[in-house]
Amino acid sequence: MRPATPSPESPSANSADPASILIDLVTHSEIIICSGSGGVGKTTVAAVTAMEAARLGRRAVVVTIDPAKRLADALGLGEMGIGNQPRLIAGAWPGQLSAVMLDTKSTFDDLVNRYSADPEQAERILANRFYKNISGALSGTQEYMAMEKLYELRTSPDFDLVVVDTPPSRHALDFFEAPSRLTRFLDHRLYRVLTAPTRGVMKAVNVAAQTVVRTVSKVVGGEVFDDAIAFFQAFEGMEAGFKERAEQVLAALTSPETSFVLVASPRRDTVQEAQFFAEKLAEADLSVAALVINRMHPRFTDERPESLIARSDSLEASELGGLFRNLADFAMVAQREEDNLAGLAESVAPAPLARVPFLRSDVHDLEGMSLVADHLFGRAR
Amino acid sequence: MDSAQFFAASRLVIVAGKGGVGKTTVSAALARAASLEGLSTLIVEVEGKSGLSAMYHHDAFAYDEVTLSEPADGRGEIRARTLTPDDALLDYLQGAGMSRISKRLVSSGALDMVSTAVPGIRDILVLGKVKSLERSDVADLIVLDAPAAGHAITFLQSASGLADAVRLGPINSQARDVLDLLGDPSRCQVILVTLPEETPVNELVDTAFQLEDRVGVSLGPVVVNGVYPELPGLDADPTAVAERDGISLRPGEAQSLSLAAEFRRERIALQTGQTERLGTALPLPQIHLPYVFEAEIGPPQLDLLAESLLREVRALDPAALGRPEATR
Repeated sequence: MRPATPSPESPSANSADPASILIDLVTHSEIIICSGSGGVGKTTVAAVTAMEAARLGRRAVVVTIDPAKRLADALGLGEMGIGNQPRLIAGAWPGQLSAVMLDTKSTFDDLVNRYSADPEQAERILANRFYKNISGALSGTQEYMAMEKLYELRTSPDFDLVVVDTPPSRHALDFFEAPSRLTRFLDHRLYRVLTAPTRGVMKAVNVAAQTVVRTVSKVVGGEVFDDAIAFFQAFEGMEAGFKERAEQVLAALTSPETSFVLVASPRRDTVQEAQFFAEKLAEADLSVAALVINRMHPRFTDERPESLIARSDSLEASELGGLFRNLADFAMVAQREEDNLAGLAESVAPAPLARVPFLRSDVHDLEGMSLVADHLFGRAR
Repeated sequence: MDSAQFFAASRLVIVAGKGGVGKTTVSAALARAASLEGLSTLIVEVEGKSGLSAMYHHDAFAYDEVTLSEPADGRGEIRARTLTPDDALLDYLQGAGMSRISKRLVSSGALDMVSTAVPGIRDILVLGKVKSLERSDVADLIVLDAPAAGHAITFLQSASGLADAVRLGPINSQARDVLDLLGDPSRCQVILVTLPEETPVNELVDTAFQLEDRVGVSLGPVVVNGVYPELPGLDADPTAVAERDGISLRPGEAQSLSLAAEFRRERIALQTGQTERLGTALPLPQIHLPYVFEAEIGPPQLDLLAESLLREVRALDPAALGRPEATR
């Protein structure tokens, strides 16, 4: 990757407001990874972040996993544009914005093509039934391929910044472990048994493993194993390339040019998830660059919810009673959301907590994205 | 429709929806509602941490059942447990007389290997266990809190995939048993959950058609979660009504009241638009559950949601249910 292209002045780094820290991040990072639990708006935040980079004159690409249909349309990834290769999105910005919708299987196929010794080997692997299974469904494959795609784009001379939203994992850290999972899988001793069942020296050591294999094969049927053996025979010699690639991907993820942006909603469960993720990153000696709290309810009053409820109750079912009840409802939500966030700021410090309000409509076009950007990057009134 | 009839429709209810729409809340509210009707309920989690235990201020659930709510005053008990593929495999092998090897199979990582070679095997192990729970007399109602949307389809599709991929042996018969369960509306139905917002509604419609086409499972009513309840006076001018009623407002209060009212009106209009769109795209009855402003979901909020749910169920047209074929 080339050094970041010159970009407009970023605000002074010592001002601690979330917007300027985020702008700094978008100006200087080479990789931004957006993570968080499902349904919090990761894809939107990722797309908005890449768009901001384009506004700052950088050439940014956003990798999305499963964008909501209208956002996909907005990004040019709708029916026409579904593709594993970056597509340029037209917009009035000095830089460039491109988007990729990850296709797990073709990314995996690319990898096989890249590391096979000759086209015949690639073809044997691509046609294998076992390969078709793992390339589509091996747990963690999607995460791994997202990281693979990220690495491919990062090493491309066409982009200054790659923004990726992580797949909606069952466990927040799946994507991080994904690169090593495949190599671990390829190293599994049971596969050694499968691919070298008659090698004399290994025989004694592997009696136990063979018992397991026999049992498994009794349960799932022998054909599965025939496919697997054919796959591993075809794969022979490619492990090294795959492993090396996985290590490079991992190194890119842990480099200082990579920033993690956590996205959460102000609900208790997603806040806890974000907190958990921040702890895990810290354990891996990585840190959160920013935490985006998406869709915060507006705060209409500083009055206490209890007194508003009391006023509503005293007015009974009148119109004014309803109006006070409504104000009380939103005061309670605002209070609850602040309570949920208490402690979170400290636990991710010095990373800032950026709040995006619950907008009046869902975000599914460039205009909506601009609105989110205004809030994230401090341009909202 | 009669609420007893609603819960008697099938012993297994699978609750599915996109992440963040409140699938777990709805699972818990369903269990609570069944409990109010005197039925015993078992909630089954399959993804480890779904937040259900936190709603009950309980430690994370394990493979062994825990009781969340004792039977009392005509209420049925509510229990919960998780199911993991590893535990389900152990159970299964022990049941199949292979207990000696079962531990090693799990500890050696063989399950990882097998589940890689045969995708869907983890899911079928879990669903197979759900099926055996459904077959036993473990509870009047079993609520399965399914994996988040995209995964829910592969999860439920695992049976048909495996019945094809593995032609013989115990996995095949397990897969066929699960297919029988999923295809039988008198044993199993799926309740899809969404929020009244654009993206979740789109995804729900997609999921519904995919579940019908690819899994052939019967769809129960759709639950729309987080619907803002109507309130009187949202259209009124606070200053005018206060003056009319002889109430004095504090400085700035009229503006707060009117901004908050405007926000709610707009959200209600958006929500109504989305639920109507959902009704057009997917001809299934809808159950609306209110947005809970007061607090994070805990037992008291679940009681409120359960009561709303029962009210909505009673208002359902029985003729509109039991027609799994949605028309496009």
